[in-house]
Amino acid sequence: MIEKLLPNVDWNDMWEASLETLYMSAMATGFTFVIGLALGILLFLTSPRQMWANKLVNWLTGAFVNIFRSIPFIILIILLIPFTRFLLGTIRGPDAALPALIIGAAPFYARMVLIALREIDKGVIEAARSMGAKTSTIIWKVLLPESLPALLSGLTVTAVALVGYTAMAGIIGAGGLGTLAFQDGFQRMQGDVTLVSTIIILIIVFIIQWVGDSITAKADKR
Amino acid sequence: MIKLQNLSKTFSTANGQLVAVDNVNITVEQSEIFGIIGYSGAGKSTLIRLLNGLEKPTSGSVSVNGQQISSSSGQALRNARQKVSMIFQHFNLLWSRTVEDNISFPLEIAGISKSKRAERVKELIELVGLKGREKAYPSQLSGGQKQRVGIARALANNPEVLLCDEATSALDPETTDAILELLVDINKRLGLTIVLITHEMHVIRKICHRVAVMEAGKVVEMGNVLDIFQTPQQDITKRFVAQINGPEEANQTIAHLVELYPSGKLVKLVFVGDRTEQPILSRLIKQYQVEVNIVQGNIAQTQNGAYGTLYLQLEGTPIAINDAIQYLHDQDVQTEVISHD
Repeated sequence: MIEKLLPNVDWNDMWEASLETLYMSAMATGFTFVIGLALGILLFLTSPRQMWANKLVNWLTGAFVNIFRSIPFIILIILLIPFTRFLLGTIRGPDAALPALIIGAAPFYARMVLIALREIDKGVIEAARSMGAKTSTIIWKVLLPESLPALLSGLTVTAVALVGYTAMAGIIGAGGLGTLAFQDGFQRMQGDVTLVSTIIILIIVFIIQWVGDSITAKADKR
Repeated sequence: MIKLQNLSKTFSTANGQLVAVDNVNITVEQSEIFGIIGYSGAGKSTLIRLLNGLEKPTSGSVSVNGQQISSSSGQALRNARQKVSMIFQHFNLLWSRTVEDNISFPLEIAGISKSKRAERVKELIELVGLKGREKAYPSQLSGGQKQRVGIARALANNPEVLLCDEATSALDPETTDAILELLVDINKRLGLTIVLITHEMHVIRKICHRVAVMEAGKVVEMGNVLDIFQTPQQDITKRFVAQINGPEEANQTIAHLVELYPSGKLVKLVFVGDRTEQPILSRLIKQYQVEVNIVQGNIAQTQNGAYGTLYLQLEGTPIAINDAIQYLHDQDVQTEVISHD
């Protein structure tokens, strides 16, 4: 029955491609979280009237974030080909997609981190300072815990976007469901492969969204 | 304990220079409750933030217990802040932490070990009356309970000074009174010096020993709370005193009172200090054959004693009235007969 409806789908390929997509999304989300968080915190602390207020650093970080956030992802991959080749010695396969995925997504997440940190009640930071807290204590014990729900929901949005990015990376041969849908589905005109790839991507996205939403809700004690 | 000398703070804003604090000189004694009252924009929030170095003065100096706060920075300032703690109008608790973890926070900053922290938190929860709410999150507490957490948190590292930044302004009158009582209790029990800023005169009346009145960055009047209430000098001080006594226009003029109460004798009593704590009126009624009619009056309690005025109409035989007035004189209550038959 299934073979009749979906004559061209090779389930082994499909499984392997799904794993590749999951691998790329998970790795990229992990690195994006760390790098985006660091950039977001730097942007926040160097902004005017903050603890590390510094116009130059703030401007440079802001410019970096804005430039890489603005380049369309498909163009960013092409621009980063020399960089990727230098870093990994190849531009094919899931690992080769990671630099572009992270450089594309981290600035996007950094913006969300900045917004999350700005939402924190200034009085709470002032209270911590009035108790004699160091900046590092304020980062770890005030900024991050107090903005955790927003950081997590931002990460969920970023992870969903990254699943989409992996599919785009698939077009230039990164592997995963994107490659399958593009090469087998589009170029060899096997519509059923595209359809199944799409459904699997949708399922992945829904799971990410559901898990992200429930963790966010759990973290929010307000 | 706290010494502010020629203290000024100027902010540069888009509209030019703003002098928030203008050449302020204040000395606060050990274990004193010192109030600073002013309308919003008078500079009192900036002033209180100069006391723990959250703001740096443009000129002048701040010293707390011998340490120059105004010229300290880095670790020295952070250590000093553990001894000059602060509570806030909007409590500023960490919503992500439970009551006990919020109180534990300054102890973590001070590098106290986990077991000692738990012990101290337990003590503090008892002290502020929050037993049973240890595991609650701030969002599950009422305003008064949140401020109790704020107070416990501020007391955690055994500070020498407690700064209160409009600590009761976000609370309803009943809760305000409970929090003020807690502050007085802490002041008495721990000998803590308290500096509070407020725009509400009843806070000053209820708990402060001395008060400074601020207007446009300057201290325009300063003194004993009782003296300020009795003989306010500046217009702004009179307005604050009127928050409690009611505006003077609302009080009937003496001539009008005489007109309204033509019979008997109209007597004005002025109470200061301990006098108001004695049941003078009830004794007057019991011991003398006079009818006592309270015409008008107000009496307020302060930390230095009570003060107030009371207008009475006394009716009865002339001898009884005279005896009654003599009794009042004997009680050391300023008595003035303002009308005759």
